[in-house]
Amino acid sequence: MSGEFVINTLSLGSLYALMALGLVFVYGILKLVNFAYGEYIMVAGYGMYVLGIYTPTPWWATMIIAVLLAALTSYLTELVAFRPVRTKSLNAMLVTSFAVSVLLQNAVLLIVSPRARAVPLPAAFNASVTLFGVTTPLRNILTIITAVVLLAGLTLLMKYTVLGIAMRAAADKFTTTRLMGVQANMVISVAFIISGLLAGVVSIFWVGRSSSVDPLIGAAPLLIAFIATVMGGMNSLMGAVVGGFVYGLLFNVLSITLPASMVNYRDAFMFVIVILFLLFRPEGIIRGSYTEERVG
Amino acid sequence: MLTVTELQASYGAITALHGISLEVNEGELVALLGTNGAGKSTTLKSICGVLRPVQGSIEFAGESIMNKKPESILKLGISMVPEGREIFTSLTVAENLRLGAYTCYERSRYQQDLKEMFALFPILEERLSQPGGLLSGGEQQQLAIARALMSHPKLLMLDEPSLGLSPTMVDNIFELIGMLRDRGITILLVEQNAERALKVADRAYVLKTGHIEFSGTPAQLEKELDIASVYFGGSKDKSSEVTL
Repeated sequence: MSGEFVINTLSLGSLYALMALGLVFVYGILKLVNFAYGEYIMVAGYGMYVLGIYTPTPWWATMIIAVLLAALTSYLTELVAFRPVRTKSLNAMLVTSFAVSVLLQNAVLLIVSPRARAVPLPAAFNASVTLFGVTTPLRNILTIITAVVLLAGLTLLMKYTVLGIAMRAAADKFTTTRLMGVQANMVISVAFIISGLLAGVVSIFWVGRSSSVDPLIGAAPLLIAFIATVMGGMNSLMGAVVGGFVYGLLFNVLSITLPASMVNYRDAFMFVIVILFLLFRPEGIIRGSYTEERVG
Repeated sequence: MLTVTELQASYGAITALHGISLEVNEGELVALLGTNGAGKSTTLKSICGVLRPVQGSIEFAGESIMNKKPESILKLGISMVPEGREIFTSLTVAENLRLGAYTCYERSRYQQDLKEMFALFPILEERLSQPGGLLSGGEQQQLAIARALMSHPKLLMLDEPSLGLSPTMVDNIFELIGMLRDRGITILLVEQNAERALKVADRAYVLKTGHIEFSGTPAQLEKELDIASVYFGGSKDKSSEVTL
């Protein structure tokens, strides 16, 4: 196992773990797979594009604003689209999430362009660094550091603050949590905001890989997040993180072991692995102790 | 303190409560009895805001709490120990208790409240850092009651606290309920175990298929109504062998 492989896998796994975590934060509480999640990533991408091309905003401020923009979009979709149908049925919410996704995608198609746009990123982002004898883009190292910092921060939040305890309780038994005086709307809003923040951070690194943004840029991260949570386990935050890293590992292993003619089909191989998971361990690697109660 | 008037509630097309009225006065322990499906839990769920009643009125301390959110109703002083205990299984005992004090947290008072709970439920202190899901049924019931008490409720509602517990544990729970009553906490108790509930209750209501069939003191209840008939639909002489 080469050092390059380790760093690539850690970097990819970190990014996928953040993607999956963002999806599971909302799923844990609402039991809703939010198909609009990918669009939060897209919105942040376009935020970086607009700020970077049309304004003299420094790159670090651009990134912070982009992340906040994704969080705001996530919060607004909760407020406008999901809250009114929340008490109806899970199916209503699922369809709503598709609607939000299509709406946001088409808004960008209409307002900006169906074509990809270049996103200016600081040159240092793609510069090569040599670490432990391995030469790799700085971006990869930054991804790992960001993921470690975010995971540590979220762990502290969930474990040691009342808000975190209330959110874990809400994911376990939503109605009973309300009986403790915890406001349902508040918990759900916070979940969407955290999900949006994660989408924003993912966007920086996801867009950073190609330095461009297009209306469908959120589709792949959504799929990756979904697959990672299926593998890792949908009922715990830990499951999402583990699933993300496992996905990154499997993907990289396939990349180097498959013959050159088949590398392009590694997504198909990933789906086979997912099918095997669904057949033999549908609850995922981490079982989680949350019940499947739905928010009514 | 609590006045429920002509309350109607339904699950879709099925009506669970056909206009029931009941009252709980300050300092009283009122028992709500009846068979499965009589509407006892529905009544409690309507009061605490989990269920939206169709018609009627619910007043607490002079204020209408009809159609209020559960979190608002808790803030007004009604705390509920739900059926099946509803412990947060993935949270530790300490975290469960902390959430109980969610609306009224104040560091110094919280520590004092905790000490009080440990005096009432010594087992909770031992299990403080364990996940709630690892506790036995009886321990979970104690935790559920302690958690509900952490919010300093004016009215405590208990839904079937003796369900699924060992006979010794049932004794403990009823002894505790009596103790809480003696401390002046107003209690609305839903129980299948009518005999035990009547021993601690000041007054009782008997629900049958969504109607109040009887209301009065335990003594009146025993005189006027054959308890066994409430539960099994038979008359006293025929089912005298049956113990509740």
